[in-house]
Amino acid sequence: MVTENTTTDAKDFIQIKDLVKTFVSNKGETITALNGVNLEIPKGSFVSLIGPSGCGKTTLLRQIAGLAAPTSGGVFINGKKVTKPGSDRGFAFQQATLYPWLTIRDNISLGLRARHIYKEHAKDVDEFIETVGLKGFEKSYPHELSGGMNQRASLARALVGHPEILLLDEPLGALDAFTRMAMQDEILSLWKKYKTTMIMVTHDVDEALYLSDYIVVMKARPSKVESVIHVDLSYPRVRTQDVFVNYRKQILELLDFAGQVQEPEYYL
Amino acid sequence: MNTLKKFLPFLGVVITLAVHLLVPDSDEHPDAEKPYFAWILYFFLGATFFLGVLSLKVQKLGKYFERTGPFWFGTGVVVIFFNVVIGKLALIPVLFFPKFDNILAMFFEDGVLILKCILYSTRLLLTGLFFGTVVGFVTGVCLGFSAKTYYWLNPYIKLLGPIPATVWIPIALTIFDTPYAASVFIVALAVWFSIALMTSSAIQAVPNSYYEVARTLGASPAFQIFRVGIPAAMPSIFLGVFYGIISAFLALMTAEMFGAKYGIGWYIIWQKAMMVYSGVYAGLIVIAVYCTLTLTLLFKLRDKILNWQKGIVKW
Ligand SMILES: Nc1ncnc2c1ncn2[C@@H]1O[C@H](COP(=O)(O)OP(=O)(O)OP(=O)(O)O)[C@@H](O)[C@H]1O
Ligand SMILES: [Mg+2]
Repeated sequence: MVTENTTTDAKDFIQIKDLVKTFVSNKGETITALNGVNLEIPKGSFVSLIGPSGCGKTTLLRQIAGLAAPTSGGVFINGKKVTKPGSDRGFAFQQATLYPWLTIRDNISLGLRARHIYKEHAKDVDEFIETVGLKGFEKSYPHELSGGMNQRASLARALVGHPEILLLDEPLGALDAFTRMAMQDEILSLWKKYKTTMIMVTHDVDEALYLSDYIVVMKARPSKVESVIHVDLSYPRVRTQDVFVNYRKQILELLDFAGQVQEPEYYL
Repeated sequence: MNTLKKFLPFLGVVITLAVHLLVPDSDEHPDAEKPYFAWILYFFLGATFFLGVLSLKVQKLGKYFERTGPFWFGTGVVVIFFNVVIGKLALIPVLFFPKFDNILAMFFEDGVLILKCILYSTRLLLTGLFFGTVVGFVTGVCLGFSAKTYYWLNPYIKLLGPIPATVWIPIALTIFDTPYAASVFIVALAVWFSIALMTSSAIQAVPNSYYEVARTLGASPAFQIFRVGIPAAMPSIFLGVFYGIISAFLALMTAEMFGAKYGIGWYIIWQKAMMVYSGVYAGLIVIAVYCTLTLTLLFKLRDKILNWQKGIVKW
């Protein structure tokens, strides 16, 4: 169960304990991006993070990835505190961030090369290129492709190393509705196949409902976890399912409850 | 129309040759031993005609001459203009502005020496370029990646780097045993600064997100330096090489004026000292062709190494 209260004995969980992360802005003010987050994530679950822009979703993912040190508290994986990034945690960034000097194929296989396991996994690269629908573009450079194609390449780059935990920061944000739905199914089948623990940021309530076991609703100022919703529906889910309506209503109310003045960048 | 364009270079040579043969040279010019300029024009006459015919058959060549034909014709007009002003009418002092025959004579009669000078300069340029590039690149990489190195070294580099390399010549001559070694040092120094500067600033400008991606993929620090940081900085590093070569040309010509036995820079100074201005012009022509060829080669190399940049940056 994803819970807000931490228990220390569950070894297999990702545990986030009293996580605080503050930044000092250029003007010298302290920005609290995460104000005491507590979460437990079971192995193999699919968790979506949802909440208004600027509420700290990316910051939370970066903490799990170990890209930045926490101000206080911490993230524990299998009971071990996260201090630096590792290939056990794949990260698909909000911006595709492909290397412009590498072809799409070389970008996707970069992690395998960095870990000197490319030769054994060369077939995987082709498989994932196919999965994200980039077959025929292997030899293209990132600037020759559309933003959505780049984002899919970046997703493939994170997937190809078969990390235990996948951190996805709005991985489908730049895609059109049809590609998006197809990619959602791909992500689901990968999740099933490899039993990866998925933590995905999304602004799309329906996407969260279609994909996840648990939906973590976050609120801004102060940035905290507002509530965790267990989506107790079997897979494959039907997008037009009636029960979705109740869940959607619940989430939307929670987001309203967050008490925020509705900002223009609020995606609902 | 397009066929005409393909033969415009040929027509340019025809009128240049016609003017040259029909109008006699001014008596003020000393006569050359042989009609070298006419020889050259005959050669071009044949060459442009042959290329014109060939371009009717070969698509790529045809496209090239459709584009550049008018330019080559224009070049003929420019040559005629100078030939008339200098050779035919001697409107400007003949001592300083020799006619084409006399300039070309230097290549025909002094060719071996000129070739020797080119080889000598090339050896100096390549040696200096090699050391300057290697040391500059290593300096730049260290400054770019290591905050400590940057802290301790960069102030000195900022202070010493902008001094024109040639200013160090007197000091280099006392430090190194041979003038040749001193010249290599000066050329290397000229290259070193621009490469070190461009490399270090380019590496520092690499977006942090590039490294973050690499780290989440399990990349080692060495991988991050050699497979992420340096490739990302490559376009600017190349720009540093480009600027470096240009300052190397300058340093080369100046360095050769000190105790050198051969070299293009030396040749020009020597010819001027003897008041042989046709030799000075021959030297200038060599330098112009030489620098252009070097830079063209460099651009070709860049296109090979940085072919991913096509479409991002236009030079
Ligand atoms: N490196 C940083 N320096 C200063 N402030 C930062 C930094 N990173 C994030 N912040 C601040 O922390 C807060 C949370 O940012 P974060 O990127 O986590 O939001 P988010 O929930 O991912 O938003 P979005 O949905 O728009 O991506 C924001 O107010 C942001 O300004
Ligand atoms: Mg974000």
